[in-house]
Amino acid sequence: MSFAVNLRDVTLRYGESEALADVNLTLEAGKIYGLLGRNGAGKTSLLSLLAAFRRPTSGEVLVGGEPVWENAPIVSRVALVREGGDFDDSDSVKSAISTGELRPSFDAAYALKLADKFELPLKKKVRELSRGKRSVLAAITGLAARAELTMFDEVHLGMDAPTRDAFYKELLAEYMDRPHTVVMSTHLIDEVANYLEEVVIVDRGRVLVHDEVEAFQGRGATLTGPADKVDAVAAGLEVLAEQRLGGTKSATVAALDGEVRARAADAGLEIGPVGLQDLFIHLTDPERTGA
Amino acid sequence: MFDDGTPIYRQIADQIKAEIMNGSLEPGGKVMSTNQYAAFYQINPATAQKAFRELVDEGVLYKQRGVGMFVADDARERLAADFRERFFETVLAPLVREARQAGIPLTDIIDYLRTQEGALQ
Repeated sequence: MSFAVNLRDVTLRYGESEALADVNLTLEAGKIYGLLGRNGAGKTSLLSLLAAFRRPTSGEVLVGGEPVWENAPIVSRVALVREGGDFDDSDSVKSAISTGELRPSFDAAYALKLADKFELPLKKKVRELSRGKRSVLAAITGLAARAELTMFDEVHLGMDAPTRDAFYKELLAEYMDRPHTVVMSTHLIDEVANYLEEVVIVDRGRVLVHDEVEAFQGRGATLTGPADKVDAVAAGLEVLAEQRLGGTKSATVAALDGEVRARAADAGLEIGPVGLQDLFIHLTDPERTGA
Repeated sequence: MFDDGTPIYRQIADQIKAEIMNGSLEPGGKVMSTNQYAAFYQINPATAQKAFRELVDEGVLYKQRGVGMFVADDARERLAADFRERFFETVLAPLVREARQAGIPLTDIIDYLRTQEGALQ
């Protein structure tokens, strides 16, 4: 069984400041979601609500169909791993791993197998670990929790590229082995894009986008060709970025429907894709209004 | 391998089609599972599934419940027709359009193709 997530009119305030405002979001069970947003956009606040680390100021947070706040049977099957983990620095790595046993589904043998695979020194103290190894420790506790909703909050940022790659592989293998809901919050967007089924973008405390990755990427396009032809086709569309080299121009448009696509093809323009990261950058640009 | 901007599921579907056409996948032969594809290409399994769904809809693959995916017996014939259609759409249609833009009469093109065909024989 894997957990679905429902947020209904959720607002979260810290004193005067509003971290999340009227968020409505449904995540179906059993998919891998990417949670994207600029620093301070509300990603961590959102995840903290799902893990019942925080209580919403108003609104409802349901996990597995039930309110998650003070709901031990649900919370014990939800894992939120933050970068660096939430470990006692004076613990040995081995005993830090075994704190996972608080969860009924924790798989100790799997945790130790991963520790070995990622060359984690079990006898060392947590405080003696490098940033990269600490991230690995956090990731391992998340994977071995075998939870029904597992959330990684930028947990892999401290890892070097080969370790991140191995982490993504392991995450995918674990996901296929045992269907569950995964939410990955990250800044390394293009690196994880292929692993995701859906993407959620939060911006200034609101959900800006929730869509399938491919549908989202398919919305925009880059049109390249003679400047006058590009201008003619792009007229009236929302242009996210423009580049010009001599008589050639390329314009990135936010949305391209079939009719415009056909006109672009007729004009002999080259139609290219827009990467997930580029779309994200444009959509969360503070100077962009009406977002 | 996934970088030319076409959706990944379509690239996977196209690759399977190409393997059927060049004979590395035989009619009746078993295709790798969704999870095997996902693990091999490091992609979300739903993406691989989407490719398979498309191929099943087109009658190129068929599903045997609990056993796996197989290449349809007439897959190659189906694809041959498909390739022909696509050839007209993606090769000839732009050719006609560009020729018109450049003011090249269609008869010139036909003459050219005839000499090419003559050279091939």
